[in-house]
Amino acid sequence: MINSLFLINPSGEIFLEKHWKSVVSRSVCDYFLEAKEKALEPEDVPPVIHTPHHYLISIYRDKLFFLSVIQTEVPPLFVIEFLHRVAEMIQDYFGECSETVVKDHMVMVYELLEEMLDNGFPLATESNVLKEMIRPPTILRSVVNTLTGTSNVGDTLPTGQLSTIPWRRAGVRYTNNEAYFDVVEEIDAILDQSGTTVFAEIQGVVEACVKLSGMPDLTLSFMNPRLLDDVSFHPCVRYKLWESERVLSFIPPDGNFTLMTYHVNAQNLVAIPVYVKQSISFFECGSDGRLDVTVGPKQTMGKTVEGVMVTVHLPKTILSINLTATQGSYTYDNGTKLLVWDIGKLNPQKLPNLRGSLSLQAGAPKPEENPSLNIDLKIQQLAISGLKVNRLDMFGEKYKPFKGVKYITKAGKFQVRT
Amino acid sequence: MTPMQKLLQLPVNAMNMVKTAQDQMGQQDEAKSPVMTPDGGNHNWYNGEPNDPRHIRFGSGGGDQEERAHLEEGGGSLSSLVTQPLRHDDLKEMLDSNKDSLKLEAMKRIVAMIARGKNASDLFPAVVKNVACKNIEVKKLVYVYLVRYAEEQQDLALLSISTFQRGLKDPNQLIRASALRVLSSIRVTIIVPIMMLAIKEAASDMSPYVRKTAAHAIPKLYSLDPEQKDCLIEVIEKLLADKTTLVAGSVVMAFEEVCPERIDLIHKNYRKLCNLLIDVEEWGQVVIINMLTRYARTQFLNPNMNESLLEEGGGEKAFYGSDNDDDTDDEEDKEEKEKKKTEATAIVKRKPYVMDPDHRLLLRNTKPLLQSRNAAVVMAVAQLYFHLAPKAEVGVIAKALVRLMRSHSEVQYVVLQNVATMSIKRRGMFEPYLKSFYIRSTDPTQIKVLKLEVLTNLANETNISTILREFQTYIKSNDKDFVAATIQAIGRCATNIGEVRDTCLNGLVQLLSNRDELVVAESVVVIKKLLQMQPEQHSDIIKHMAKLTDNIQVPMARASILWLIGEYCEHVPKIAPDVLRKMAKTFTNEEDIVKLQIINLAAKLYLTNSKQTKLLTQYVLNLAKYDQNYDIRDRARFIRQLIVPTDKSGALSKYAKKLFLALKPAPVLESPFKDRDHFQLGSLSHLLNAKAGGYQVLPDWPEAAPDPSVRNVEVPEWTKCSSREKRKEKKADKPFYSDSEGESGPTESADSASDTASGSESGSGSEESGSGSESEESNEESESASEEDEEEEGKKKKKNVEKIKARKPVPESESEPSSGEDVKKSEKKSKPRIGSSESESEEDDDSESESSESEEEESEEESEEETKKKKKTTASKPPSKPPKKENKKEKKEMSLLDFDDFDPAPSPSQVTPLNNFLSSSLVTDLEGLSLTDNVLSPTTIVPSGNLKTYELLHRITGEGLSVEYCFSRQPFSPDPHMVAVKIQFTNSATSEAKSLHMEDAKLQSGMRIKEFPEIEVLPAGETVSVVMGIDFCDSTQAANFQLCTHTRKFFVSIQPPVGELMMPIFMTENEFKKEQEMLLQSLGQLMGMNEITEKLTLEEKCQGEHAVVQRVTTAANLSRVPCGSDKECSHPVPPPPFPIHRFAGKTVTSGSLVLVSVVTKEDGAAQLTVNCEKMVIGTMLVKDILQALTQ
Repeated sequence: MINSLFLINPSGEIFLEKHWKSVVSRSVCDYFLEAKEKALEPEDVPPVIHTPHHYLISIYRDKLFFLSVIQTEVPPLFVIEFLHRVAEMIQDYFGECSETVVKDHMVMVYELLEEMLDNGFPLATESNVLKEMIRPPTILRSVVNTLTGTSNVGDTLPTGQLSTIPWRRAGVRYTNNEAYFDVVEEIDAILDQSGTTVFAEIQGVVEACVKLSGMPDLTLSFMNPRLLDDVSFHPCVRYKLWESERVLSFIPPDGNFTLMTYHVNAQNLVAIPVYVKQSISFFECGSDGRLDVTVGPKQTMGKTVEGVMVTVHLPKTILSINLTATQGSYTYDNGTKLLVWDIGKLNPQKLPNLRGSLSLQAGAPKPEENPSLNIDLKIQQLAISGLKVNRLDMFGEKYKPFKGVKYITKAGKFQVRT
Repeated sequence: MTPMQKLLQLPVNAMNMVKTAQDQMGQQDEAKSPVMTPDGGNHNWYNGEPNDPRHIRFGSGGGDQEERAHLEEGGGSLSSLVTQPLRHDDLKEMLDSNKDSLKLEAMKRIVAMIARGKNASDLFPAVVKNVACKNIEVKKLVYVYLVRYAEEQQDLALLSISTFQRGLKDPNQLIRASALRVLSSIRVTIIVPIMMLAIKEAASDMSPYVRKTAAHAIPKLYSLDPEQKDCLIEVIEKLLADKTTLVAGSVVMAFEEVCPERIDLIHKNYRKLCNLLIDVEEWGQVVIINMLTRYARTQFLNPNMNESLLEEGGGEKAFYGSDNDDDTDDEEDKEEKEKKKTEATAIVKRKPYVMDPDHRLLLRNTKPLLQSRNAAVVMAVAQLYFHLAPKAEVGVIAKALVRLMRSHSEVQYVVLQNVATMSIKRRGMFEPYLKSFYIRSTDPTQIKVLKLEVLTNLANETNISTILREFQTYIKSNDKDFVAATIQAIGRCATNIGEVRDTCLNGLVQLLSNRDELVVAESVVVIKKLLQMQPEQHSDIIKHMAKLTDNIQVPMARASILWLIGEYCEHVPKIAPDVLRKMAKTFTNEEDIVKLQIINLAAKLYLTNSKQTKLLTQYVLNLAKYDQNYDIRDRARFIRQLIVPTDKSGALSKYAKKLFLALKPAPVLESPFKDRDHFQLGSLSHLLNAKAGGYQVLPDWPEAAPDPSVRNVEVPEWTKCSSREKRKEKKADKPFYSDSEGESGPTESADSASDTASGSESGSGSEESGSGSESEESNEESESASEEDEEEEGKKKKKNVEKIKARKPVPESESEPSSGEDVKKSEKKSKPRIGSSESESEEDDDSESESSESEEEESEEESEEETKKKKKTTASKPPSKPPKKENKKEKKEMSLLDFDDFDPAPSPSQVTPLNNFLSSSLVTDLEGLSLTDNVLSPTTIVPSGNLKTYELLHRITGEGLSVEYCFSRQPFSPDPHMVAVKIQFTNSATSEAKSLHMEDAKLQSGMRIKEFPEIEVLPAGETVSVVMGIDFCDSTQAANFQLCTHTRKFFVSIQPPVGELMMPIFMTENEFKKEQEMLLQSLGQLMGMNEITEKLTLEEKCQGEHAVVQRVTTAANLSRVPCGSDKECSHPVPPPPFPIHRFAGKTVTSGSLVLVSVVTKEDGAAQLTVNCEKMVIGTMLVKDILQALTQ
């Protein structure tokens, strides 16, 4: 299936290669680099490239290209999904997924890749199993390793692979047993010029951080599971029980994981927490334009809206801008024409406003389309759909765990057309 | 970087500098190996390392290695390749040392080199020595190295083989597995026999993990030596029969790589794979699902056969396409083609489609995987449904696919490609999600274009205005490629939907004044295509476009305009020559395609209007004659000969007008995704729209289903297996029996039923197995237990019904529901009715013997096994006829259908004597047999629908004890106001559970509970059922109590669905009507308070009479009011226009009447009326029944 993997940085340097079958010369990447040159943005590189002898499937993530080489028919999503798992694995092990991190832990990454695939077919992709075989680095351990000469490779043989619950490692022990669940909801919306909603929906995800000893069996129930329209689960969740009783019953993996993602019933109207009043105009004759944006709270359920940020990709013909913000600060990068206005907390009494003039390059025609505004925001302690966790029960273990639930609402792809 | 490290680096850099300097100083004689002589300073530096504690520290950090590598790189660029071997001397020395830490350090550096793509092959001898190293990490890294370089150093690699061979015999399964893994990864041809042996051995290893590794090794060996194929297929066959989830995914992968054409190997494992699927790891799921899609395409019939035959769509072609492959039918085939239509309908009539239960099994077991977090799994299921499911069911995948679209942009890209293909075939599926395909300005261009494609495919008369409004926003985008794509999309919408053609055209014309040339050009091209459809109405647009020639520079657009003017020069007689004049002026500066069109224009004008344009044409042709491009010269010569009359002009010139001014058909704007679905969706080939290497073609449906019995398994031990399944309380040995029974099933049903009866018999069989297997696996056991119990009773009931029938003629439509018909039956309805009534009586005879036997059983309280034997003997009692060709298929199907229903899970009365209540009720039932119908307990008319089982205590929660309950719908004899709840305990722990009882009931006021008698001992692995009574006081409040064992107490609660709060009563239609009126009038002015009416649309599958009855009676414990009885008596009265189904019952506690009637009208419209004094119950019941009917 997957023949080789190359990690490539944005400037086109191949800094890691791994082959699971016969070695494929790295010159195969030239086809990819060529396509990359052609693309304006890294995201525009086609994910699947057909070369005379190979197929290249790549993902762009965390400013890195993960490029896999395959030779025969394989579902493209299979490869793409796996590549994302690799990125997630690196993130999980080293805290972030970046070129420096990979270069710093080259050997460990290589060993991990070796374990993840066998002959190109996924072997161990569960983080818990991998961690049993190759321990993630910690500061303490690296000191100990240095002094004693021991290493990160687990000296016990990994039994996780043999278990029927492959996602959980055996023999977990904690002094403080805790289970935290974050219900994070994102509002994806498109608003049109007049502020009416063209399209809006809520994506939710339940992130869990479970540090419980032994083999706990958890049951998480919601007050209003009917809200959930479409769900997808971590493999630990028992489908059948969800279908019959609408509860999440599972033996959790150890540590952080995504328990479920959901989509809120489309029939429910989505509350839009902010409104945006904007006018961006360019004058026909002079090389000049005006920008005036005001953001205010709309349906916030009595919570404060924080971390409000407005991002605008201004037209390429803009020469310079001169704006004043009544609240927060703005940054403007003349190279990318990216205007970012970081507002912070929304104050209903005094609405933040950004206004000023835009000057165009001399002789440049008036841009046809006004740039759309991308809004970012955050509301703590609120799930905008109204979803509420009812209770968490634990079976199978005797101790009493500490349980916590947190709700956050964020803006996902929240776009205002102008 | 710490200062110390910097210090450490210094000497190296300095060293290099010195050396370079030395080089340059021209020590020519040492040029071959000048840089790092063994006695060089660098060497000393490494020698010093072991003694220097700082160096150990230095070596272990990752960051340092990084620096190290850079230095090496630098060194490499300075020195020649020849010097490289020597540079690794330090590493060799470290590897030779006897300190593990040094070895480890060296290996880490070497692996880092490999990871970076540097060549480290020269270290092979030094590394391979360490293959037997004790240190696990060193060993692992050596393995990594070996696998990477063994291919290049085959001879040396052989040194390591013995180590692995030893490893293969290790008592630890993980070591065995890893030895096999490395051994098989060494791509050295000489060891093929050793590998083969190792794989064969490992395939029968005790540890499933080792077997999994063996499965992984198969494709490795195959790629090394394809001649081993036959041997490998044997191993694959063996591993396919493996029962564990761990192996399943890997072996199917091996199957796909080695022998995807050997579909016959799958037969025996098909059901196992379907059942294991949900527990296989996600990657394995993808592979298995894709393989099963192909399998199903070869083994089952097209579920959309009837529809595709009736409609004249592409489906028909596909169907007949499959015929073409079949050489034997060629003659017949041609004939059929001639009278397609008539034949088609004939076929439909001849063979009503019944889905193979194995086909259904696959669809059912894959569906939950749509909820997987893994996009590849979701896509795999989606393509399976798209390729295999009946049209009506494909819709379920839309939601999941739309969900994937919110994932990473690469996932979006692939999913959108597939959605684009699907949306052409099944537009309706994605229509509700139209807005999810709206485009954001931040999407990458390739995503935008794909979304546009989907939006265009989804456009129809109703949503076109919204879509066009969206398109209008897109046209303003800054991304010009995207704008161009949008314009084309508008063009396609305009061609597909006639209503909006003018609007689109006007919109596009407005775009002609756009500042951006690309936009204008694209619009021109699209307008050209649109105009071709109806040119006469749009001469003003053509005029407008003629003017544009002054400004537009994009060649394609200019060419399009010129072509338009030439083609429709009659519509613009004044402008056309003028345009030609202008073009003649600029001819030499135009692009080639424009020049060609100028010549064309000139020719056409010459033919229509030679007076004005003769000279111009001559001029243009002369210019073209000396053009640089030979195409243009050729064209000019050709056209001149054609149009300009000369003495010796050929015969063709007579037809010049016809040639040039022929009516050209308008182009069809088609989606590039049309017909892509001949590739399996989700595959790479589909994405590229070209066959990728190793792609397995998705076969067409067979015309006649291959023999389904090939999937029957003799000893299906697999069901014991996976412990995840055990988690679902499947007791290991039970399914064993169920299956072997399933085996004997076919003979039984085939033999006992006569030919005419076989149809209806299989119908009822399908009902049982269908519902049985549809029920969740977790409660399959208990379900089937109750089913059997039910079944026996059902037969008795049937007998009673028969008696009623004898007294007053009841149409059999009434008795049929009482046998709990399934949808499948209604599909089979085309069977002649007389036959089925006949069969009923026969069946009845049969059941009589059976029921008498069950009486015996009861009295004797035989053990389960004995019962089973008995059953078998009864089964074999009737003389077995030789299987007849004609009915063979149907019988085979039956055999599959019977798969579940004879599950020997004990009927409660047999298992335990504790079950007094139920058995006493059985006794009353039995009494009912001999008594008159006055004594007939109402329950006897209750259809024996399946009882839904609820979980009371999960196995894991209950520490091995699992408890399930169901509402048995029996009268609870100790107290008629109580609802009987059957509770089934299963002890799946290893130790026995003692003194199971309940206590501490917390009840709402008015509720009462009658405890079940204490169970003293429940041995491990046993199951026991008891019955308790609860008076819910006609409310759906839960009854909470504690379930106690000798060690633990569990809080549990039982909450009844509203439908279980009532019991059926028997009344005639007239009585029903009277009661209904009474109820309405009793409240006088408040009339209507106790009547709730809802309109609904029946789901397609439940439009049949039986389906309605079955669903209602499953939802609520009501009995059917025989509707036909009155009709029968008074013949002259015409039957009501629409059938009315009436059901009656009373609440258990207060005895208030509950009357339900369902009026079905055409097209699935229906009206549901519930009359009940208790409003709350009424409303809840309406809800429940509505749900049951519309789901």
